[in-house]
Amino acid sequence: MTASTSYPRRWRRPPQLVKTRRWRLLLPLLLLGYLILALSSLEIDAGRVVEGLSRGARFVQGFLQPDFTSRWQDIRQGLIESLTMTLTATVVGVLVSVPIGIGAARNLSPRAVYLVCRSIVAVSRSLQEIIIAIFLVAMFGFGPFAGFLTLAFASIGFVAKLLADDIEEASASQIEAIRATGASRWQLIHYAVQPQVMPRLIGLSLYRLDINFRESAVIGIVGAGGIGATLNTAIDRYEYDSAGAILLLVIAIVMLSEYGSSHLRKYLQ
Amino acid sequence: MLTIDQLTKTYTGGDTALREVTFRVPRGQVVGLIGPSGAGKSTLIRCINRLVEPSSGAIRLGETDLVNLGGRELRQARRRIGMIFQEYALVERLTVMENVLSGRLGYVAFWRSFTRRFPGRDIENAYRLLDRVGLLEHADKRADALSGGQRQRVGIARALAQEPELLLVDEPTASLDPKTSRQIMRLITEICAERQLPAIVNIHDVPLAQQFVDRLVGLRAGQVVFDNAPDRLDEETLTEIYGAEDWTATDQDDEEPDFASQAQGSLRLVGTAI
Amino acid sequence: MSALDTRPGEPPHYSQVWTFRTPRARLALWVGWVALVALFVWCWQLMNENTLWIFVTDAPSQAADIGSRMFPPRLAYLPELLMPLWDTLNIATLGTMGGVILAVPVAFLAARNTTPSALLVRPVALFIIVTSRSINSLIWALLLVAIIGPGLLAGIVAIALRSIGFVGKLLYEAIEETDARQVEAVTATGAARSQVIHYGIVPQVLPAFWGISMFRWDINIRESTILGLVGAGGIGMKLQSSIDTLAWSQVATILIVILGTVVVSETVSARVRQALI
Repeated sequence: MTASTSYPRRWRRPPQLVKTRRWRLLLPLLLLGYLILALSSLEIDAGRVVEGLSRGARFVQGFLQPDFTSRWQDIRQGLIESLTMTLTATVVGVLVSVPIGIGAARNLSPRAVYLVCRSIVAVSRSLQEIIIAIFLVAMFGFGPFAGFLTLAFASIGFVAKLLADDIEEASASQIEAIRATGASRWQLIHYAVQPQVMPRLIGLSLYRLDINFRESAVIGIVGAGGIGATLNTAIDRYEYDSAGAILLLVIAIVMLSEYGSSHLRKYLQ
Repeated sequence: MLTIDQLTKTYTGGDTALREVTFRVPRGQVVGLIGPSGAGKSTLIRCINRLVEPSSGAIRLGETDLVNLGGRELRQARRRIGMIFQEYALVERLTVMENVLSGRLGYVAFWRSFTRRFPGRDIENAYRLLDRVGLLEHADKRADALSGGQRQRVGIARALAQEPELLLVDEPTASLDPKTSRQIMRLITEICAERQLPAIVNIHDVPLAQQFVDRLVGLRAGQVVFDNAPDRLDEETLTEIYGAEDWTATDQDDEEPDFASQAQGSLRLVGTAI
Repeated sequence: MSALDTRPGEPPHYSQVWTFRTPRARLALWVGWVALVALFVWCWQLMNENTLWIFVTDAPSQAADIGSRMFPPRLAYLPELLMPLWDTLNIATLGTMGGVILAVPVAFLAARNTTPSALLVRPVALFIIVTSRSINSLIWALLLVAIIGPGLLAGIVAIALRSIGFVGKLLYEAIEETDARQVEAVTATGAARSQVIHYGIVPQVLPAFWGISMFRWDINIRESTILGLVGAGGIGMKLQSSIDTLAWSQVATILIVILGTVVVSETVSARVRQALI
């Protein structure tokens, strides 16, 4: 260490992400430009917002002092519809997902089957529950049956996709070993694939059960039954205390089912 | 000067990690702390800068009683104590320079550290330290782009950037190859000699410790069982510290080791190295 | 096989020697499956108490009818969709920004290693996260339209409120998974708490933060396309009015636009995330 050597007294952090100087200057400008454009397209009615604040306060109050009793009949009916359609849709969805998931696994299925199954999955995943619900309500009429079909269809995309990905990732060496014994395709699935993906399938089903319940609270808005319809009515009537009660019930059930399913998964593994 | 008096640490689970540990480290002395895993070495040095809360006893750095400090005073005491970590503990995604400058965090205000505008003197000093540990041209690299030995050098520079009055060194060579380990130990001891810095070095490798430190303290089950010059460490004491099987296993894994002759052999080897 | 059967004192078949599960576990499994089937049947009956099966059997003809009305999609409607599409993008983007800004402090309050108080603050932060996550953005929108009136603002706030839970949860998990040794090292220099967070934790979670935000933006694009159904602005408003007027060919056009937007946003989000990691 020589005392005479002098060292710089300034240091700037080298740019980590955007390395070219032009983009470093341009990006914040672009962002700013976008923000100005986007915010200017907002037409905020200040009077309405101020008015909204007092309503918001009333809603928060309703949330803190929920009213379970005066609409209890509707709430009960909505909850029963939601819970039953959640369960039936999950069961049916998973049952249908299994063959589709196997069909959509590249390492197990013939190419034609693979393509058909993957496109079913793609359609089911790209359409949102609420849009599916709109169509199914138009076809099957109002009520939980349309909701059941919506959730079952949406479950197929979700479960089959993840199942197929899982099967494709399942240890190839194990599949090869069983294949080498001269097993048929179905024996292969039973002995080599099923043991590897079964725990995951159970986990996926429980997870989907959660999601389906949450979604069941939504699709009622377009007439597919369930607690969502009750909620929609309560909000339309400005009955914030009943709406608060419904939301609290939804949150409680979601928390319960998350807690329960994490325990069940631990127990099953 | 660091004074440790009757230091005891009992974890909430009821495990006693340290029992009435007492020793002092005078200015400029490098103390090697040896002992098997779980003997409390790591707990001991973490009690000194209060990363672990001691249960009872006293620790004094100069005139400051470290045990009863809190909040701002504790942070001010911590910046007087540099620490070098096992497996470097650099902030991997920051640059080498930022890692060294993080040694100044206790001295600068939040907004300065937030905007990375450290005082010119700190930056100059950081460059000097990087030059001293041989990494001047790596200042702008990210820490995770360096090799193990280089990262530990950054760790040393970070500790020195604090301008500490005491160095705590936790297994500095745990994940380094034998040659790099020696280089790092040499660097640490040289720097301590240059600056008259006292240091406590936790170390697994007994021969390496004997080669570099001024004094050895042996811990077993949280108690000091040896405290003397490195060349006074004999086979009997080693067995007392590590237990017979443990400490031969670190030397050789061959079947049926001739315990006594091997022990003496390695001691003799160390003797010549010193 | 018969030879095996006749030997006294030995099991009649190998299958009785080797079974996959213990008898008790098998019994439990069977009881479980039977219970599930019974539950399913019971739920099915409960659910369909009020179902009018005439409508259900009528569905195929309804579907054919809607299908024929949807095709061909009315492409002349496209120009009218540009402004709503721009609004939808804004709802998603501004909503994501707002949600992320609100989620960051919540995540730091919820993570075990950064929360100021595990007993008082952490449960509150976790409750905010659960509440936000349990309620779909469409329900948030429904509420907000009732409170602050229909329009883009309700949509943006709805998306932001829903994003807090998602981003907050993933971010606090990332914070809890940070390397404690790096944090310890910064603490040991005598840094203040805010500096420890900024130097020890922030660099470690920054890539996760950008990844989560982009991921949520992608989801939000998807969700903001339908918020208009309850009056919260964007292309969903057009969807709602087309459905109300039974203009199915316009509905088809809108669906195509939505699908295209979703595909594009998914690609952009995936690209950006790849570039960041």
